[in-house]
Amino acid sequence: MNNEITGAEIVLKSLAEQGVEVVFGYPGGAVLPIYDTLFKQNSIKHVLVRQEGGAIHAAEGYARSTGKTGVVLVTSGPGATNVVTGLTDAMMDSVPIVCITGQVPQHLIGSDAFQECDTTGITRPCTKHNYLVKDVNKLSSVFHEAFTIAQNGRPGPVLIDIPKDVQFASGNYEEKNKIIIPSHRLFEPSPDFEKNKIEEAVELISKAKKPIFYIGGGCINSGPKASKLVREFINIVGSPVTMTLMGLGVVGSSDKNSLGMLGMHGMYEANMAMHECDVMINIGARFDDRVTGRLDAFSPNSKKIHIDIDESNINKTINVDVPVIGDVKQVVEKMISIWKEKKYKIDTESLKLWWDKINKWKEVDCLNYNNEGKQIKPQYAVQRLYELTKNTKTFITTEVGQHQMWAAQFYKFEEPNRWLTSGGLGTMGYGFPAAIGAQVGHPDALVVDIAGDASILMNIQEMSTAVQYRLPVKIFILNNEYMGMVRQWQELLHGGRYSESYTDSLPDFVKLAESYKAVGLRAKTTDELDDVITQMIETKNTVIADIWVTKEENCFPMIQSGSAHNEMMLSKDQKQDKKSAEKGKILV
Amino acid sequence: MNKSVYDSPDQVSETKRHILTVLVDNEPGVLARVIGMFSGRGYNIDSLNVAEVSNDENISRITIVTHGTSEVVSQIEKQLLRIVPVHSVTNLDQEGSSVEAEVALVYIYISDTNKKKVYQLCDLYRARKIENENNTTIFEIAGASERVNRFIKEINEITKVEIVRSGPVAISSIQKKEEE
Repeated sequence: MNNEITGAEIVLKSLAEQGVEVVFGYPGGAVLPIYDTLFKQNSIKHVLVRQEGGAIHAAEGYARSTGKTGVVLVTSGPGATNVVTGLTDAMMDSVPIVCITGQVPQHLIGSDAFQECDTTGITRPCTKHNYLVKDVNKLSSVFHEAFTIAQNGRPGPVLIDIPKDVQFASGNYEEKNKIIIPSHRLFEPSPDFEKNKIEEAVELISKAKKPIFYIGGGCINSGPKASKLVREFINIVGSPVTMTLMGLGVVGSSDKNSLGMLGMHGMYEANMAMHECDVMINIGARFDDRVTGRLDAFSPNSKKIHIDIDESNINKTINVDVPVIGDVKQVVEKMISIWKEKKYKIDTESLKLWWDKINKWKEVDCLNYNNEGKQIKPQYAVQRLYELTKNTKTFITTEVGQHQMWAAQFYKFEEPNRWLTSGGLGTMGYGFPAAIGAQVGHPDALVVDIAGDASILMNIQEMSTAVQYRLPVKIFILNNEYMGMVRQWQELLHGGRYSESYTDSLPDFVKLAESYKAVGLRAKTTDELDDVITQMIETKNTVIADIWVTKEENCFPMIQSGSAHNEMMLSKDQKQDKKSAEKGKILV
Repeated sequence: MNKSVYDSPDQVSETKRHILTVLVDNEPGVLARVIGMFSGRGYNIDSLNVAEVSNDENISRITIVTHGTSEVVSQIEKQLLRIVPVHSVTNLDQEGSSVEAEVALVYIYISDTNKKKVYQLCDLYRARKIENENNTTIFEIAGASERVNRFIKEINEITKVEIVRSGPVAISSIQKKEEE
């Protein structure tokens, strides 16, 4: 009886035992007891955002840059509904998040009370799991299970809804190691489980004449060791490798085997190699529609190996020949040992021919753009940013749109966990709060949000957060006064009718920065660009760099919707044939 | 194979009826998770049945009748297994490997002209009389869905009825259980 503490204290104690250092949140009526307890302690830091949507993206940025679980604390009703986008984003991109929401006291649940909403009902499809805790004595076990579920198997967001009376009630705390989670509630990969499949996969790779590795975000989620092992295995095989948007950094951009990103705005050589390969080794990717293009023309002549921790990804859109369910680092470690044990050797003759073919495709120089004149090309701005930051420990986040694709194409990543972008959900407004989270996790690193003028306005209120916590986040806006990707699709598919995609009445971003007591910089021509970037990097304060870029630049190469990997568009002049364009128009 | 917004290859197998039994932790919201997965991903539920089955009251069995190609149903099974409180998913689609039954309660309007026919039919199908008042009788019929369907069709031809059906529940047949 004497050991009893309040529910709010149990919340903080659980977080502390889970090793949580920082919580991103926003107070409100239904979480006041937790905020009161937070006030009385010093071990957990709280970052006050300016809208709950910012809190969850910040937690995502923190989680993905540190490999830890991001924690969010918000109130009931609107607090909870404002995190729905971020929860969905974390679900799609497999980011471990624990989100704590306050709820009205239990006797008011169901009465349409002030700031009441059915939080667990609303968030059920966009969380890996969620809880409404009605018994204070179950609170600690729920927290410990929630953290385990968020990180276990394919990571994802978990939400804990706590009625206010439970926060006030007294109960017992149970320690982490006393909680037994039944095995069916978790995914426990066993390295021996898929032994035969792994052997089959390795043998298939050894016989390949035109192999390609197709690497996804699962390799990053599996931890830094996974990236090392994947690099090692690819080197042993000598195979080309391409990465998804989420997988950038698993293999260094300068690695001789790397073909860069694949997919809708991926590299010509990567997509052609995917189309013509004879053995495809998918590690931790999920055949997303941005990657595959038209399914019935996807890599028609290859045997496909698919390594994934989530069984539901197997044969979901693409049928594979050798599925392996498991954690990347365990599976790839096993693959390497089998390869060495059996003294496999790939047919070097065929591999050389394959590389010759790929090198021919590389000569197309698909990222080539016209860089004449004084006006800044967006691609050039990203290239300069890369050149001037490549020797610094840099984290890049992005919003969603053209600038995101240019960042993926022109910024070269050498390490995992340095690239944070909203891939699955495509959430505009993700990048800036994510950068705040990454900066909180890495106070001494350079964190740059490559943004568009439209996206940045979706969470611009977080300027206040960045400045309050002295977070020297850099916002690098490629400003073309358009929702660039919308405009590009309207140009290519809707007869150039730019319906509502021009952003009139944009703020003066320099003055906007200054009004938050941050630093605003502007580059209007190529002559000013390097100075602005250098000044931005050197400023020990939050910075908005407003880079005026050419307005109607398109992002190429591009696989238009409904087209296949070998039907890439390299420039505007190369129109898609009318029939497939019409068919593709209905797709997203 | 056809759950992407992109063009997908032609369906590779025919659409069939499948009975899935799902064992779940008996906790709040678990049924909503299962149903939500179906509606959210565009799958069909033809009927659904839930009841506690274990003595310790912690586990429920959900019986779902769905239809789809074998690819779709395999996706459904995998998606169900992702749900945290789900213990196991069993597909009882293999012919002869399971037995199924459902119950229907039938409210039958009886007159002097059809009385004999109604009772004959109910006898034939071993439908049991539960309640009887004035011109109406409530019968209960149990058995495989097809048998219930036939009974309802035939009784409908005789008189006006009102029906409530439980939807089928199913279990692995004894033969299969022993193999396991």
